[in-house]
Amino acid sequence: MLLPLDADDASALWLTLRLASVVTVLLLAIATPLAWWLAYTRSTSARVVSALVALPLVLPPTVLGFYLLLVLGPHGAVGRVTQALHLGTLPFSFAGLVVGSMIFSLPFAVQPLHNAFVAVGRRQLEVAASLRAGPIDRFLSVAVPLARPGFLTAAILVFAHTMGEFGVVLMLGGNIPGQTRVLSVAMYNHVEAMDYTAAHALAAIMVVGSFVLLLGLRAMGDRRHEERP
Amino acid sequence: MSGVEAQFRLQLDRFVLDAALHAPSAKITALFGPSGSGKTTILRCIAGLERAHGNLTVDGEVWQDDKHFRPTHQRPIGYVFQEPSLFAHLSVRENLLYGWKRVPVAQRLVTVDGVVEWLGLRQLLDRRDPSALSGGEKQRVAIGRALLTSPRLLLMDEPLAALDNASKTAILAALQRLQRELALPVLYVSHALDEVARLADHVVLLEAGRVVAEGPLHATLARLDLPTAELEDTLSVLDATVAEHDDTYHQTRLSCAGGGLWVSRVQAPIGTSVRARVRAHDVALATEPPHQTSVSNVLSGRIVDLRDGDADAVLVRIDLDGAALLARITKRSRDRLKLHEGQAILAMVKSVAVLA
Repeated sequence: MLLPLDADDASALWLTLRLASVVTVLLLAIATPLAWWLAYTRSTSARVVSALVALPLVLPPTVLGFYLLLVLGPHGAVGRVTQALHLGTLPFSFAGLVVGSMIFSLPFAVQPLHNAFVAVGRRQLEVAASLRAGPIDRFLSVAVPLARPGFLTAAILVFAHTMGEFGVVLMLGGNIPGQTRVLSVAMYNHVEAMDYTAAHALAAIMVVGSFVLLLGLRAMGDRRHEERP
Repeated sequence: MSGVEAQFRLQLDRFVLDAALHAPSAKITALFGPSGSGKTTILRCIAGLERAHGNLTVDGEVWQDDKHFRPTHQRPIGYVFQEPSLFAHLSVRENLLYGWKRVPVAQRLVTVDGVVEWLGLRQLLDRRDPSALSGGEKQRVAIGRALLTSPRLLLMDEPLAALDNASKTAILAALQRLQRELALPVLYVSHALDEVARLADHVVLLEAGRVVAEGPLHATLARLDLPTAELEDTLSVLDATVAEHDDTYHQTRLSCAGGGLWVSRVQAPIGTSVRARVRAHDVALATEPPHQTSVSNVLSGRIVDLRDGDADAVLVRIDLDGAALLARITKRSRDRLKLHEGQAILAMVKSVAVLA
């Protein structure tokens, strides 16, 4: 390893990457139908749902983490259910981090997808319906390909947002090495301990990693343009 | 019952549609009316894109009634929207085949090659980006895409509204050929009287969400009690036959009810049936044969209806052995010539357009 990472930091990096990947996949699966419904429903409850989805944008992460700790904890509503199902409680576990991160990043997934679906527009779906495509067929063959940039944006935002998350994780996951100690928490520990060299290494990994990610996506976007004569 | 039988009631904001109509099978039916009269809404109801109260039967098959509502993708329609709405993520070929792939082989009535040939799409097939096509090309692809689903009913919502005249003429000609070969019933929404006169066999006139009149093209356009008579460009359609070509003057004589019409040379063999369009303001009336005049087309008939129009105008309907011709003259001329119903009259036609 070129970078001066000790075993603990390496495991924190690995944990963070796993967390970000799992959250991205699960959140896109949930946000897609939600964004679809928000884009095409004529129901008045859409406003309420839309505001709820956006709530994590304005709430301090610690507030969100605090409530999640209460709700998911042994005396919370969800916590009692998970205990009754012999699943234990979610706080201070990897699964708890996943749930917390998903709620925290929900607007970052829903909003780009919502915008992308609105941009696809009803007309394209009506055309597909008139060409014999059923509802699921139209979604997969027309809406998804046309909303591709929205999926890309949502995935990047969620992944990056989860990589750098601190407040919710700290409240909900604590600081257990190998289980809930993510990159940002590990870095905070180093700074607290005045170990700036180790903090630098982690910070540098974040900066370079984010830059490479964005560069790669830019290149993908460009290639897509070149395909078209 | 063959053809389309529809009856819809629908409230959209402040607009109320309450219309019953019939479109004969194997014919082109025009839905004609000013914007906001409900033409597009009716088309959308027939496609199942709008859910109105009422019922709809196509060739004896119930598509909608009190209990049933067949969703759009299960209706054998082809829908051509006003904007071509090609799929931006698919190539021209993929656009054309989108519906074709979704129709069971046994239900296919057209071939890809046939449709590509009819609409002249051969050289466009390999274009990757449909947004780079011209307006006329896009609309031809959209029509081809709809036809390739082998529809039993073709719905067209002002498909030529955004196109230049050359593209319009090319597409209209292709459409007429297609319709004749496939015997496909077509519902065609338009607010252009010229398009209707050229294409339609049957007309449904709409105003403010209601059907004002419905019937065969010629007879309906000839009615003076309908809003069409008030239009600036109101016209009559005469069925005619190519009777004689004249090489000296580069003209063609058409024979029609009431006599014959000399028109600019028509590229069609003798005996071909054509439609001749005569605008009401291009018809002058005379009570006895005019001698020295530049007008060479004079048809004889009888006045059957007179109706006051705007300001100084009077509309006159002339019966030419069963065919109807409209003339727009002034009230002054009517009184000077003492025109009245039942009177024998000569109609001098200043200009004729041959439509097909």
